[in-house]
Amino acid sequence: MDHKEKKRIEEAKIKWESKSLEKVLNKFPERKDKFVTGSNKEVKRLYDPLDLEEFDYLEDSGFPGDYPYTRGVQPTMYRGRLWTMRQYAGFGDAEESNKRYKYLLKNGQTGLSIAFDLPTQIGYDSDHPMSHGEVGKVGVAIDSLKDMEILFEGIPLEKVSTSMTINAPAAVLLAMYIAVAEKQGVPADKLNGTIQNDILKEYIARGTYIFPPLPSIRLITDIFDYCSKELPRWNTISISGYHIREAGATAIQEIAFTLANGIAYVDAAVKKGLDIDKFAPRLSFFFNAHNDLFEEVAKFRAARKLWAKIMKERFAVTNPKSMMLRFHTQTAGCTLTAQQPDNNIIRVALQALAAVLGGTQSLHTNSRDEALSLPSQKAVMIALRTQQVIAHESGVTETVDPMAGSYYVEKMTREIENGVMDYIDQIEQLGGAAKAIEKGFIQREIQNSAYQYQRDVEDKKRIIVGVNKFQIEEETMKDLLKVNPEIEKQQVKKLDDVKNSRKESEVQEKLNLLKNAANSDQNVMPFILDCVKSYATLGEICDQLREVFGEYKESIKI
Amino acid sequence: MKKSRIRVLVAKPGLDGHDRGAKVIARALRDAGMEVIYTGLRQTPEQIVEAAVQEDVNVIGLSILSGAHMYIFPKIFHLLEERKMTDILIIAGGIIPAEDITELKNMGVKEIFTPGTDTRDIVEFIKANVA
Amino acid sequence: MNLSDEIRHGNSRAVAKLITMVENDFQQAQPVLKELHPFCGQAIVIGITGPPGSGKSTITDRLTKYLRKMNKKVGIIAIDPSSPFSGGAILGDRIRMQDLTTDKGVFIRSVGARGHLGGLSRSTQAVVKILDAMGKDFIFIETVGVGQSEIDVIKVSDVVLLIVMPGMGDDIQVIKAGIMEIGDIFVVNKADRDGSDKLIAEIEMMLHLSEKEEKWNPPILKTVGTENIGIDLLWKNVEKCIDYLRTSGEMFQRRKNRTRKEIYDLFQESWREMFFQLIGEERLEKEVEKVLKQDDDPYHAVKRLSVIFKKNLFKGGE
Repeated sequence: MDHKEKKRIEEAKIKWESKSLEKVLNKFPERKDKFVTGSNKEVKRLYDPLDLEEFDYLEDSGFPGDYPYTRGVQPTMYRGRLWTMRQYAGFGDAEESNKRYKYLLKNGQTGLSIAFDLPTQIGYDSDHPMSHGEVGKVGVAIDSLKDMEILFEGIPLEKVSTSMTINAPAAVLLAMYIAVAEKQGVPADKLNGTIQNDILKEYIARGTYIFPPLPSIRLITDIFDYCSKELPRWNTISISGYHIREAGATAIQEIAFTLANGIAYVDAAVKKGLDIDKFAPRLSFFFNAHNDLFEEVAKFRAARKLWAKIMKERFAVTNPKSMMLRFHTQTAGCTLTAQQPDNNIIRVALQALAAVLGGTQSLHTNSRDEALSLPSQKAVMIALRTQQVIAHESGVTETVDPMAGSYYVEKMTREIENGVMDYIDQIEQLGGAAKAIEKGFIQREIQNSAYQYQRDVEDKKRIIVGVNKFQIEEETMKDLLKVNPEIEKQQVKKLDDVKNSRKESEVQEKLNLLKNAANSDQNVMPFILDCVKSYATLGEICDQLREVFGEYKESIKI
Repeated sequence: MKKSRIRVLVAKPGLDGHDRGAKVIARALRDAGMEVIYTGLRQTPEQIVEAAVQEDVNVIGLSILSGAHMYIFPKIFHLLEERKMTDILIIAGGIIPAEDITELKNMGVKEIFTPGTDTRDIVEFIKANVA
Repeated sequence: MNLSDEIRHGNSRAVAKLITMVENDFQQAQPVLKELHPFCGQAIVIGITGPPGSGKSTITDRLTKYLRKMNKKVGIIAIDPSSPFSGGAILGDRIRMQDLTTDKGVFIRSVGARGHLGGLSRSTQAVVKILDAMGKDFIFIETVGVGQSEIDVIKVSDVVLLIVMPGMGDDIQVIKAGIMEIGDIFVVNKADRDGSDKLIAEIEMMLHLSEKEEKWNPPILKTVGTENIGIDLLWKNVEKCIDYLRTSGEMFQRRKNRTRKEIYDLFQESWREMFFQLIGEERLEKEVEKVLKQDDDPYHAVKRLSVIFKKNLFKGGE
C-alpha cells in the first residue's frame, strides 16, 4: 500500500470511529467486553486494508498450485476435482463393515476410510485378555488376513482409494491390504490410499501406542522406504492434528504440534538415508474442522504456507510435490453434543464448509448421534449428504480459495503463522518433537488449553447451544447403533478356525524371520508381508515386535 | 479441626486412550481441594481396585469412551465386593448410552456424568455423597 | 483381629485405612501406632529426592522390581506437591509404577504434601512405621524435596538418593539448598543425554567444597531408568552404603536422630493442637483484633494467652 493511500484510509477511519462508531457505542454497547475466536484469540471489531499494510500478494499468498501454496495445492482445486468424500466407518466384524462400505459407496462416497477396533489398533487379537469387551466396539476387528479379505470382499481395490486409521501396527494392516489386493489381481503399484501411521500424536493425544518412540519411528521410516519403491501412489502417513485439537488444543497448537511432528518424521527419514524428494510427496496430513469458520479457514491456509516454507528452507527439497501440504479433514467430534443431537447436523455443516473453504483434499463429516454412539445408517447418510449439498448447491466450489483477500482472513492467516512458528521454535529448543513429548511440554500446553476451555464453558463465556444455554428437557435418542454383543465370541471362534487351518510350521518360520529382521536394520515390511500371507495373526506379529522393541510406558503427569 | 481431604481415584479402564475429560476433571477436583490419584491409561479392573485399596480413596471415577463399559464395570464391582469395599462412591463418565445407565446404576454406579456435564456438578455431587 | 493385627498380617486395606487415619485424625491413630511400635525397626528406609522430571518414580519403580526379584517386600510413599490455593493435589506418581500395583509384595501410597493436619513429617514417620510393621523390608520415600518440610521428610530416611539429570540448567541450585548435605548417593539419571559427564564433574566439585566429616564418599552413578540401565550397580551401592552405616555406627546415630525428631515432632504437634484446644478460637480472635488495632503488641498478647493456656492446662490434667 502506498503512503498516501494509507494516510487517507487512516484519516477516514479516525473519522468513522469518532463519529458513526462512537454514536452507536454510546447507545448500544457491544455484547461482550472481549470478542475471541474459538481458540480464544482476540478478534477486532473490524479489519480493513490497514491490517494488510505489509501484505504482499505474491510473497504471502501466491497463486494456487504454486509456492507457497497458501491458496491451495492445485491451480484448479474443486473446479478440477471435488474433494474425496470419505466417511470413517467400521464396527463389529468384517462382514458388517463390508456392508456399510458398500452402502456408502453406493450412495456417492468416493473413498473408503476404515475404522479398526481398539484391540486391532493396539496389536491385540480378539482373544487377548485386554481385548475383552472391546472387540468390534469402536471399529472393525481384524485378527488376520482372513478378516481383511472379508472386509474388502466385492470392493475393487484398483478403483477405490482406502484410508486406514491405524498407527502402531500400520505396517501389518498395510501388508494385509497389499495381500488382499494381490488376491484380487491388483498389483501393489496400482494401490491408492493412506495409512495414518503417526505415532507421535498417539503419545500426545490418542493413546493407541504399542512400542517406544525410537523403534516406532523406525517402523514408520521403513514404511516410507518400502512404499516409495513398491506403492508409489500410497500416502505413507497422515500426520495428524485432528486428535491434538480434540484433546483440547487451540488452532495454533493444532498446526504447530502437527508440523513439529512432521519435521521429526522427515528428520528421521533423512537421517536414515532416504531420498527426501522420493518420500516427501507421499506425506499427507489430517486436520480438524472446528467451529470458528474464519479461524479454521485461516488455519488451513497458514498450514499450507508454513509446511511449504519448512520443506523448502529447512529441508531444501527440489520436487514441488515435496512442499505441498495435502490434507484430509474431519469435522470436530469434540463439538458434538449429546443434548439436542439434531443441532449437530448444523454444526457439522458449518465445520464442513470451513474445511472446503480451506481447501481440503478429503473430508469426513460426523453424524448427529456420535456423542452417543457410532453413527447409525440414517445419521451417516445425512452426514454424507451434507458434503454433497456443499459441493453441488452452495457455490463455494465454483472458484478457488474464495476467502483470499478478506482483510480478516488474511490477517488471521498471518497471525496463525506467527503463533505456529513460535511454538515450532520452542520445540526446536527442546530438541525436537520427540524430546518435547518426552518432557511433557506438548501435553501440558494442550491440557492447559483444554482446562481453559472447560472453565470458559462453565463460566458461560463460551456458549454451547443446548448445553449451557437454550436447554430443554431431553428425550432419549432412539435408533442408536448397537454393536452386536456376540461379535466377540464369533470373532474368537473365527480366530481359532484360522489358526486351525493354516500351516503352523510356516507361520513360526515367518515370525522368526521377522524377529531377526526387526533386530537388524533391514526393512521389516517384506517380512511382515510374508507373515501376513501365512495367516499369522496381528497379535502374533505384534508380539514378535514387542519382544524386540519393548512396550511404551505412559509417564507424563497432569 | 479435623478435616478429611476427599481422595478420588480417576481411572481409565480398558483400551480407550482419550484422556482429555479425565484430566480436566482431575484438575477441577484438585482445584476443589481434593486429592486425585490419576491412574493413567489401560487399567485392568484388578489394577483399579488394588489402587483404590492402597490409596483408601473415597471415590472411584471411571472414564470410558470405548463402549466396553458393560464388560468392564461388572468386573470392577465383583472385585470391590471381594475386597469388601462397599462404602466407596463409584461414579462414571464418557460415552455411555442412556439405556445402559439404568443397568449400571443397579450395579452400583451412583451417577454417570455424560458429555456436557459441568465439572462443578461433579464436585458438588462428590461432596454431597462422600460420608 | 483388630487393626494392628491386620496390619501385621499384611492386610492392605487395614494398612490403607490406618494411613488415612494418620492423615486426618492423628489422635485416633495413635493407640494403633503404639501397638505397632514394637514391631518396627526392621525396614530400611530409602529416601529418593531430586528436581521434578529427573526420573525419581522411574528409579523407584526399577529398584522395586529389582528387589522383588530377590523376594524382598517393598513399601513406597510417593509425595507430591499440593496446590497452595486449594490444598488439593493431583498425585500422579503411580502412573510410572503401573506394573507394581498388582504385585502383592508392594504397597504404594500417594501423599499430598499438604494433606495433613500436623505436618508432613509427623505423618510420613507414622506411615513408615505402618509399612514397617506390615512387613516391608524396604521403604522408599519419594519426594521432590523443595521446601523445608519435604527436606525434613527426606531426613527420615536411612539412606538418601539424590536423582538429577543433565540439562537441568539452573535447577542445580535447587540441589544446593539443603539436599547436598544429606545425599548419600548421587544418581545422574537420563545419562544417555548430552551433558551427563559435565553434570558429574559439577557434582564432584560441589561435594569437594562441602564439608562432610564422614568417611563415606558419596558415589556418583549413571543410570537410564527407562532402559533399566545402571540399576543393579545403583543397588549395590545402596547395599554398600547400608553396610557402611551399620558398621560405622552411623545408622544407629541416624535412627537416634530420627527418633529424636519423631518425639520432637509429636510433641510439637500435640502442643500445637493443645494451643487451639485450650485457647479457643474466640479468645485468639480477640487478641488478634487487639494487635491489629494497634491496641497492643503480639508479645503482650502471647503473655496473656500463656496465662490462659497454663490455667486451662492444669485444669485439664493430662
